[in-house]
Amino acid sequence: MTSSRWIALAPWLWTIGLFLVWELAVKIFNLPVFILPAPTDIWEAIVKYWSPIWKNSVQTLFTTVAGFLLAVVGGLALGLAIGWSRAIYAGLYPLMIGFNSIPKVAVVPILVIWFGIGTIPAVLTAFLIAFFPIVVNVATGLATIEPEMEDVLRALGAKKLDIMLKVGIPRSMPYFFGSLKVAITLAFVGSVISETVAANSGIGHMMLAAQSQFNVPLVWAGLVALAVLGIVMYAIMAWLEIRMTGWAHRGNRS
Amino acid sequence: MTGFVDIRNVRLSYGQAGDETLALDGLDMSIQEGEFAAVVGPSGCGKSTLMKLATGLITPQEGSVEVAQKEVSGPVSIAGMAFQNPSMLPWRSTLSNVMLPLEIVQPHRANLRREKAAYTAKAEELLKLVGLGGFGEKFPWQLSGGMQQRANLCRALIHDPALLMLDEPFGALDAFTREELWQVMRDLHAEKSFTVILVTHDLREAVYLADTVFVMSARPGKIIERREVSFPRPRSIDLIYEAAFNDIVHDLRALIAEARVAA
Ligand SMILES: Nc1ncnc2c1ncn2[C@@H]1O[C@H](COP(=O)(O)OP(=O)(O)OP(=O)(O)O)[C@@H](O)[C@H]1O
Ligand SMILES: [Mg+2]
Repeated sequence: MTSSRWIALAPWLWTIGLFLVWELAVKIFNLPVFILPAPTDIWEAIVKYWSPIWKNSVQTLFTTVAGFLLAVVGGLALGLAIGWSRAIYAGLYPLMIGFNSIPKVAVVPILVIWFGIGTIPAVLTAFLIAFFPIVVNVATGLATIEPEMEDVLRALGAKKLDIMLKVGIPRSMPYFFGSLKVAITLAFVGSVISETVAANSGIGHMMLAAQSQFNVPLVWAGLVALAVLGIVMYAIMAWLEIRMTGWAHRGNRS
Repeated sequence: MTGFVDIRNVRLSYGQAGDETLALDGLDMSIQEGEFAAVVGPSGCGKSTLMKLATGLITPQEGSVEVAQKEVSGPVSIAGMAFQNPSMLPWRSTLSNVMLPLEIVQPHRANLRREKAAYTAKAEELLKLVGLGGFGEKFPWQLSGGMQQRANLCRALIHDPALLMLDEPFGALDAFTREELWQVMRDLHAEKSFTVILVTHDLREAVYLADTVFVMSARPGKIIERREVSFPRPRSIDLIYEAAFNDIVHDLRALIAEARVAA
């Protein structure tokens, strides 16, 4: 087998290896299920509880994607505004840093007061947590235009809008699409946090309910469901990134 | 005597009051229409600053800058610029990079869509002139550094600027490519008869290409010598091995060495 085939197989081999080691460790040390269930126990739980896992996964996926889309729109808009004007940058940056330092779980109670428990706080938490990396990346892309490129265009009489449209926005696109990978994973964190605290559906809620019934394999099955969703969404974002800004990657390779 | 580019008694400093860097002080230079001027001087003496001044990217605190008999108060769109770094946009093909100024400068900007074919033909013509015929569809990162620099020259020339500003455009190239591009530059200047200001560290480049070489002092920069180079045109590249040529290069070298010590 060629080395590139090995590299393509590597993620699967490592994953299978991890589960094998896990299974063996549980068996050898004879760990009770409520400490650490073996992968086979978790698999059993997945099969047994397939219908609630599926329903709650769809709910979590929905709140995550909704929050993520809001974050894309808001992050793009704010990122462009911040990259556009030094005054907006100077004014908003400290506020954003402060806001980003607040643990989002602390915001959920406020959202619940405003909107009640359920879908809306989950969507908004996902939005709040996912939008910061998008803003920062888009603004970075705009702020790092080569000064020489800017001089060339300004000497031709280009207005700020020209420079943004011709140079700034296209060159911030790789940063933007790169940030989507981070943003989608963070959006999962946000929606699950909110579901754990204040919801009656979603994976977070299901795990909390399972925990109160000491159904430990189901708790772990919830984690696995989240991991799978996360990987799939990440892969979609990575694919989108390559599709939309291929020039940035081809440029590096050659 | 008024020239095409007239810089009179210019003083320019960077930074805030109290912590300022005086870059240029008492700078005077005058360049005639169609003249090929080269500017040489010690590093950090304000050559790039001079470029920005003449294109209106910055304005002096004292003195005046006139281009084409008009006081410069903002960007002059009759200029084309090229720097040492080709700064091509990687998401655009070479051809579309070259045509970028047409999307900015009037009247081309208004006509571009209507006369796309004519403009494209013109850009391809220009690419051919610098030896890049057929490379228009390639992306800049598929070109070598020398090829990118050729495209950079085309981009600076596509809108038929009356004034071409070059800031060490050949600085990062190997000796052979550099000599080849000197000849490209020589031919372009002969054909289109624009006015050129070329900033360079390479004295042979300055003497080979220019009608006039300006030597700047160390910072704060001013012109300490204006040297006419009267070799007949078209100049063969063999000129650079002739004694008269080397004498001028030697003189200029001595002047710059002196200016550096004086600093
Ligand atoms: N944006 C800036 N802010 C503050 N000081 C600057 C700025 N640009 C240039 N300077 C200062 O002005 C002086 C002249 O700079 P300039 O870039 O014009 O030099 P140069 O002759 O082009 O140098 P080199 O030959 O190394 O390219 C330098 O001492 C530099 O420190
Ligand atoms: Mg310089």
